[in-house]
Amino acid sequence: MEFKSISELQSLLNDKKISVKEIADTYIKKIKEKKDLNIFIYFNEDKIYEQVKNIENFSNEKKLKAIPIAVKDLFCTKNMPTTAASKILENFHPTYESFVTQRLVDMGAMFVGKTNLDEFAMGSATNTSYFGNTINPLSEKDIPLAPGGSSGGSAAAVAADLCLGATGTDTGGSIRQPASLCGVVGIKPTYGLCSRWGIAAFASSLDQAGVFSKNVTDSSILLEEMAGYDQRDSTSSNVKIPNFSKELNTDMSGKIIGVPKEYAVDGISDEINQVWEDAIKSLEKKGAIIKKISLPHTKYALPTYYIIAPAEASSNLARYDGVKYGFRADDSNSLDEMYELTRSEGFGKEVKRRILIGTYVLSAGYYDAYYIKAQKVRKLIANDFVNTFSECDFILTPTAPSAAFPLNEKQDDPIKMYLNDVFTVPASLAGIPGISIPYGSDKKGLPLGIQILGKHYNEQEIFNAAFALEKDYE
Amino acid sequence: MNNNLIKGNKFEWETIIGLEIHAQVKSKSKLFSNSSTAFGSKPNSQVSLVDAAMPGMLPVINQYCIEQAVRTGIGLNAQINNYSVFDRKNYFYADLPQGYQISQYKYPIVGKGKVTIDFKDGNSKDIRIVRLHLEQDAGKSLHDQNPTKTYVDLNRSGVALMEIVSEPDIRSAEEAGLYINKIRSILMYLDTCDGNMQEGSLRADVNISVRKPGDEYGTRCEIKNLNSIKFIKQAIHYEAKRQIEILEEGGIIEQNTLLFNTSNGKTRPMRSKEEAHDYRYFPDPDLLPLEISQTEIDKLKSSITELPDDRKKRYVDDYNLSNYDASVLTSDKHVSDYFDEVINSDKSLKESSKIVVNWITSELFSILNEHNIEIKISPITPKYLGKLVKLILENVISGKIAKDVLIDMYNTKKDPETIIDQKGLKQLTNTSEIENIVEEVLKENQKMVEQYLSGKDKLLGFFVGESMKKSKGKANPKILNEILKNKLSKKN
Repeated sequence: MEFKSISELQSLLNDKKISVKEIADTYIKKIKEKKDLNIFIYFNEDKIYEQVKNIENFSNEKKLKAIPIAVKDLFCTKNMPTTAASKILENFHPTYESFVTQRLVDMGAMFVGKTNLDEFAMGSATNTSYFGNTINPLSEKDIPLAPGGSSGGSAAAVAADLCLGATGTDTGGSIRQPASLCGVVGIKPTYGLCSRWGIAAFASSLDQAGVFSKNVTDSSILLEEMAGYDQRDSTSSNVKIPNFSKELNTDMSGKIIGVPKEYAVDGISDEINQVWEDAIKSLEKKGAIIKKISLPHTKYALPTYYIIAPAEASSNLARYDGVKYGFRADDSNSLDEMYELTRSEGFGKEVKRRILIGTYVLSAGYYDAYYIKAQKVRKLIANDFVNTFSECDFILTPTAPSAAFPLNEKQDDPIKMYLNDVFTVPASLAGIPGISIPYGSDKKGLPLGIQILGKHYNEQEIFNAAFALEKDYE
Repeated sequence: MNNNLIKGNKFEWETIIGLEIHAQVKSKSKLFSNSSTAFGSKPNSQVSLVDAAMPGMLPVINQYCIEQAVRTGIGLNAQINNYSVFDRKNYFYADLPQGYQISQYKYPIVGKGKVTIDFKDGNSKDIRIVRLHLEQDAGKSLHDQNPTKTYVDLNRSGVALMEIVSEPDIRSAEEAGLYINKIRSILMYLDTCDGNMQEGSLRADVNISVRKPGDEYGTRCEIKNLNSIKFIKQAIHYEAKRQIEILEEGGIIEQNTLLFNTSNGKTRPMRSKEEAHDYRYFPDPDLLPLEISQTEIDKLKSSITELPDDRKKRYVDDYNLSNYDASVLTSDKHVSDYFDEVINSDKSLKESSKIVVNWITSELFSILNEHNIEIKISPITPKYLGKLVKLILENVISGKIAKDVLIDMYNTKKDPETIIDQKGLKQLTNTSEIENIVEEVLKENQKMVEQYLSGKDKLLGFFVGESMKKSKGKANPKILNEILKNKLSKKN
């Protein structure tokens, strides 16, 4: 049994053609069948049935009543443990619920489990998790593919139909890139639109929660529920959240679409360029005007990101020290030794690499050359977008430089892995919203993604463009 | 100014001192969370998810603490910065849950200012303030609760501190003492810190170096975390002497961070410059820069009533007190408030303010100190003390009797007039009664009278004493003296 959308499942529920418990049964069965994909870090039938009783009491008016949602295991949840895919938080049980997941709970959502991710969201293939790789559901039997990352578990959960929506976080592309590789819709809203309260921090000035779903409409429904001002997060935006799903339309007439020349980089396959071209043509046919634009500082985005994000991470992850909660190494003879052993054993290789980079770029004598310079470049990159948006309504680019790649392909080359984020990082640095939707496929039939970037707080615009493109495949 | 020089074996030395004062902001809740700041609560009973640095928890600025810092900046005659930034100071310690302290580094909330200290000889001196910034306090590590374990109490974790940094304008331990006292009194007038050094609400780090007068500054050492003026002075004396000895023997001072051992009065190294932390300061991405408008600053400015220097000036101008007396009196707001209430209780006391000061600072203080009672809860009310002084001024009782009455007032909380009436302590001013007493005393001590008349003038005091004893202390001393002198001269 497959449900295609939130509205389909809700009308079945409203018409009493299916019960909340039957929905739970259905998804529990599916998840068990796909156990081998290692999509969930935490899955517990009992916890789902516990929710069923509560959800049954909810009014049918609740917008997400009984909608099965998977939660990236970076969001702290009260009734399920939270690990950030790290040994250092193995067995950590939060006593609090993140702002975003609380919103979903309040709207009647059913959490089916906590999804796998790269450890502390650091990675692009969901292969740095302490709990093992997640396998892309689109893989063929003999060649397991990566789902992208860091929110690979969530993207895979939607792709494998183990839920109707999943939460993600995007720091440099961690929603958009796995959405592209798994063939689902994924949106990272404007920085500050969703509260970061209760989400284990990776890089505070970049982290932003968002959502995955099977279609644009469902993403718009989920985002309008998750977003909103939270006074417990000082960087949360106090803006009115539009009714995205109600305002959704495909009218592209007169819209000006920016196509940045800097995104036509070497080494990108013809297939991807072809899909990009197809999407441009499709929108043009729907009445949009195409405009070649330039975002001149794009090439500095990756190095800038790989200074700022690790710098913040090196400080954000200092709290995992074995003193208060989480993993603590045995047999240390001093406080310093306890720290050293706990953090050496508790963190994986990629996390340690980034803590080292971050510590280095912030250290005395290097701070100005790296961190301060990176902040300046970040400003230039943000200004590129501000300037561009004075002459176009949104920007269209590929989401990722490749389709899903074999699991172990880039594992030993961090630079190659970092290149996955080449198209997604600039928007993260600028804090603007971006959505990835599946659009076409490569020769092997693997999905490719198109990214649409919009102005700050202009999620509606990119939802609409994505909605228009989505119609090409219906 | 050169009386501050210290004589070594070979040269005279000047001590250069700068202070970093850590003052706990008086606020019900912490700098970035809403947990309580009450002192002395059960360990770890005032710890929020933010204070314990749980995953995903975020700091939110407590606006009241910001206002307190701005008020303090105004009290320090300092520049209030419209734009300031909270930074992270990164280091690992068991009682620092986040692994960093949120502080202000490049852009503090308060910039340059100055405070004035007053010396006994009537001179004053300005000490310049470099800056004041806000930061979080750490928790406490308790090493003495268990032989093999360290316990951590996070109640203090996240409490707001103001770090007030002075220029190296201080030249002696005494000046350092006066400076801290002055800062403390400004904070207490503003009600921005409770000033309680015993509970650690006010602590100081001392930066100290020595040089021959006129030379460049020498290498400095920093003595950490001193929590009483007595220890600060001791530490400065010891450390200046230590540095002078090293330099006179041809050695060099290593730039060390030191701890002061209060039991033996010595400093010892905590860490050297090489071991100094690299704190990797960077702006806290969880917090937006802090912007304060001029309107807000002006509003806070207008909410400030009288500061110690204003009050000091008033005492000098209105009550003719000396600069030093006025500064001693105003240094403790509660004392000064008490004085104001006494003076305001009766118009006639304004003329005799110096007598009021003496009664407060000697007699009242000695009783309060004896019972370890703070002046703000003194059982002797300002109104009654005013009454007592007035009774002395009107010759109703003598100063000597008044001291006994004051003790009674402390014990019974009664009006001094009631006590005097009940005990019949009113002064004897009736001349004939005093004459009778004097006659009796002279009669009983014929031999002494003869000695007096043969030139032993000092015996006058004896006759006064005996007569006073006979009057049970009630005779008016002035009248008694006159009568005695008169009677004795007649015998000549």
